Amino acid sequence: LREGEVSKMAGADGDDSLYPIAVLIDELRNEDVQLRLNSIKKLSTIALALGVERTRTELLPFLTDTIYDEDEVLLALAEQLGNFTMLVGGPEYVHCLLPPLESLATVEETVVRDKAVESLRKISQEHSPVDLEVHFEPLVKRLASGDWFTSRTSACGLFSVCYPRVSSTVKAEIRQHFRTLCSDDTPMVRRAAASKLGEFAKVLELEYVKSDIISLFTALASDEQDSVRLLAVEACVSIATLLPQEDLETLVMPTLRQAAEDKSWRVRYMVADKFSELQKAVGPEITKNDLVPAFQNLLKDCEAEVRAAAANKVKEFCENLPEDNREQIIMTHILPCVKELVSDTNQHVKSALASVIMGLSTILGKDNTIEHLLPLFLAQLKDECPEVRLNIISNLDCVNEVIGIRQLSQSLLPAIVELAEDAKWRVRLAIIEYMPLLAGQLGVEFFDEKLNTLCMAWLIDHVYAIREAATCNLMKLVEKFGAEWAQNTIVPKVLGMANDPNYLHRMTTLFCINALSKACGQEITTKQMLPVVLKMSNDQVANVRFNVAKSLQKIGPILDSNALQTEVKPVLEKLASDTDMDVKYFAQEAISVLALA
Amino acid sequence: MAGVAGGNDFQWCFSQVKGAIDEDVAEADIISTVEFNYSGELLATGDKGGRVVIFQHEQESKNRPHLRGEYNVYSTFQSHEPEFDYLKSLEIEEKINKIRWLPQQNAAHFLLSTNDKTIKLWKISERDKRAEGYNLKDEDGRLRDPFRITSLRVCLAVPQTCLILSMTLCDNFSKIDCCTFQVPVLMPMDLMVEASPRRIFANAHTYHINSISVNSDHETYLSADDLRINLWHLEITDRSFNIVDIKPANMEELTEVITAAECHPHQCNVFVYSSSKGTIRLCDMRAAALCDRHSKFFEEPEDPSSRSFFSEIISSISDVKFSHSGRYMMTRDYLSVKVWDLNMENRPVETYQVHEYLRSKLCSLYENDCIFDKFECCWNGSDSAIMTGSYNNFFRMFDRNTRRDITLEASRESSKPRATLKPRKVSTGGKRKKDEISVDSLDFNKKILHTAWHPKDNVIAVAATNNLYIFQDKIN
Repeated sequence: LREGEVSKMAGADGDDSLYPIAVLIDELRNEDVQLRLNSIKKLSTIALALGVERTRTELLPFLTDTIYDEDEVLLALAEQLGNFTMLVGGPEYVHCLLPPLESLATVEETVVRDKAVESLRKISQEHSPVDLEVHFEPLVKRLASGDWFTSRTSACGLFSVCYPRVSSTVKAEIRQHFRTLCSDDTPMVRRAAASKLGEFAKVLELEYVKSDIISLFTALASDEQDSVRLLAVEACVSIATLLPQEDLETLVMPTLRQAAEDKSWRVRYMVADKFSELQKAVGPEITKNDLVPAFQNLLKDCEAEVRAAAANKVKEFCENLPEDNREQIIMTHILPCVKELVSDTNQHVKSALASVIMGLSTILGKDNTIEHLLPLFLAQLKDECPEVRLNIISNLDCVNEVIGIRQLSQSLLPAIVELAEDAKWRVRLAIIEYMPLLAGQLGVEFFDEKLNTLCMAWLIDHVYAIREAATCNLMKLVEKFGAEWAQNTIVPKVLGMANDPNYLHRMTTLFCINALSKACGQEITTKQMLPVVLKMSNDQVANVRFNVAKSLQKIGPILDSNALQTEVKPVLEKLASDTDMDVKYFAQEAISVLALA
Repeated sequence: MAGVAGGNDFQWCFSQVKGAIDEDVAEADIISTVEFNYSGELLATGDKGGRVVIFQHEQESKNRPHLRGEYNVYSTFQSHEPEFDYLKSLEIEEKINKIRWLPQQNAAHFLLSTNDKTIKLWKISERDKRAEGYNLKDEDGRLRDPFRITSLRVCLAVPQTCLILSMTLCDNFSKIDCCTFQVPVLMPMDLMVEASPRRIFANAHTYHINSISVNSDHETYLSADDLRINLWHLEITDRSFNIVDIKPANMEELTEVITAAECHPHQCNVFVYSSSKGTIRLCDMRAAALCDRHSKFFEEPEDPSSRSFFSEIISSISDVKFSHSGRYMMTRDYLSVKVWDLNMENRPVETYQVHEYLRSKLCSLYENDCIFDKFECCWNGSDSAIMTGSYNNFFRMFDRNTRRDITLEASRESSKPRATLKPRKVSTGGKRKKDEISVDSLDFNKKILHTAWHPKDNVIAVAATNNLYIFQDKIN
């Protein structure tokens, strides 16, 4: 027994014993899922130890039959097998990996199936053309004609990888299989086929794209289930890219027009969501004649989800319009719809629009922006929904480039103040994050005059997250406006809080010092901040005292060694013998980090 | 398919009864839902104790050729446990409110089961192989002879470095004799059926879930509680979409609740929900993301002459079911079953009285709370007949073509193999004929709320308190 223990210990130590591999193999079937998972993740180690022969003849058959395991184990297995070619003896033997992956491609868990298909696609490239026809393609056929829809859905993802590398007879068979799956009884399979239609079209010869793919596309796009129809929209993008311009009108456009007016909002949503891709795929002429009116309709759709998706695309769509009459199209066709959306009943629509509308100013130029867009920005800045206002404020930089921010500043200020005092702390947090950006664009004067008070008020907010963000905000402002500005405007106020009766505010002083010291530089830190920190070491609240220790640790590297030795060291030593154990702990930590011991 | 009864075609006969015979019924054993799967090969029941029992149709046995296959227990598992919501100080019962099978997608079977709050997706799968052969221990778990392990070590000491290195050294490696490793092999074993929870859809319902229904798109399902309907993706548990919300801003203005909801069997965008006011709303999910506005509203005008204090209570719909064809739907209220054509909203095309003789007893049924019983109803495989339950362990069947109806009883007395079920009659007039039962002697504690009809054959499952009766047709 003793010898056994010795060898076990040796194994555990990971010396030159292969004991760990024996453990790994045994744990392939441990009752604990985590251990099985570990073993599967080290499958390459096991295979390496067994050698290629035994991996092929023993390990793989065992794995093929283990397909009842937990999803996470199967997922790991499916992934491992995609990198197993060398471990079974190289490309010559890669087909040995097909049986376990075939089983994995039929399990009910989508993530596992998808991973198995991904690995199959990967190893298909390692098959020789002969092996591809002898081993791989029959597997695809078996899956495609399987009894359960799980296997048929998996087949959909494999056609495109073998098609380019097989003989023309086999190609014809593959096309036939794909056709069959496109009209499968179960919507799951039709969905899988629809989602792979574009990819399959890409590997087909153009004549077959025109003859086969178009009819499948048309059929799927008018499927009775809207969940299938909406996937055809995606395929539309790839198919349109493949076809010559002159064929688009007859082969693709009727279906696309139909999808844009589909009865189901989900299909129209999909069209709106893919609009930029569609626009690029069909080219400028069709865009002008067809997509502009379609886009107008989507912006006016009766379903808010569709309007929101379309609103999100306004900027991209306008940007990609043909340049020769872009401005005219926007002004006469798009802008009227956009104006309506500004006062939409649904706040998601308004905030989607607010997140892109500023981008239009660069496209339309200064005069149009002032005349047409500015009123919209101002209206949105007064919107009742804070998200809309935030989205406008967060994109101010686009307008700034075109007309300068001064145009907006009069309306901006009330909007910012209102957001800054919003009852929801997440809204306050969001506006704080835009402060450095705003400050940069509005300039130091405007900032001092109007916004500085706000920034200081946040420091005493009753929500910690806001105080923390406010601290960070100050640091960014100092980085922007410089140390001198900090010394005059911020530092006195921050240091004043050190005498606040509320200990939370006193701690905020320390947090600010932590954040600001680096940006303010050695002089301000040593002369103004350090005395305050040192004084606070006598605070009656232990939390303040240990934060003093932490602050000293933080600002220590900025101070010169004289100050460290003569001022910081005695205070830290005093704190290190504090009655409170946390204060002691952090003081000692600071002493050792600053090497003052 | 032949008619329900009476005619020359066939008679119903007893096949099996499941559950304890004791008069003493444990609360937990009361069956709360019954459901055949799509092929009829499996039959699931849920009970108040949170358990799900699945029965499997056995192939016809050769030595008893006269008997068609029986349903035997295939798998039993605890689907839900009693819970306590500490935030609301509410007990959550483990009772299974509904079971719905998913269309079969591979060799395993899947079902959704729900209690008042939480929906679970279960996988029921078979295993008939187990792995054998350990390196470090015997089959019975004892550590192997340590010398063997040491020899392993000696034998394999050389290639350890290769392991940490890369696969390029693979060739060297394969030359080393590693045969001391044992790779497990799979050996046949007795069939084991496992039920494992795959997904838990929780925290989406404030009120009690009364219905779940799997959509024909095979990827979504809906769940309904008293005031809201949510749409789920079967693979996503952390969010669902609220598609119907009838909760008024002020709860004092509440006048109706959702009582049941179901997806259309073929059109993935259509679903219906019934209300406590006796109306049914059909919604089209294509029209808008929120289905607060219905596309069709089915309501029968009330007959003013029969109006009473109880009108509203007894018109409340307790169940709604689409026909397999998708053309019709059936609703059950307290006294009747109605069949509606989806194309006609102003009145049902067929109305069947289930137990009209109770109309005069509503007062006492109100007092003993029976008037709030939620009877369910079901279609046969070809939509030509419907079945629903009543009191005294009676259940009713209606043939839609011949308009014949029949009352049958699920009872231990007639539970002899292949015994034909005798039609029962409740006397309604003054004089009671032979074989008739008077309304006053009906046992209102024996109620049949849950029944299921095999999707293809004339096999029915009837839940009577803690017993499950299975009847089938007897071909003459």
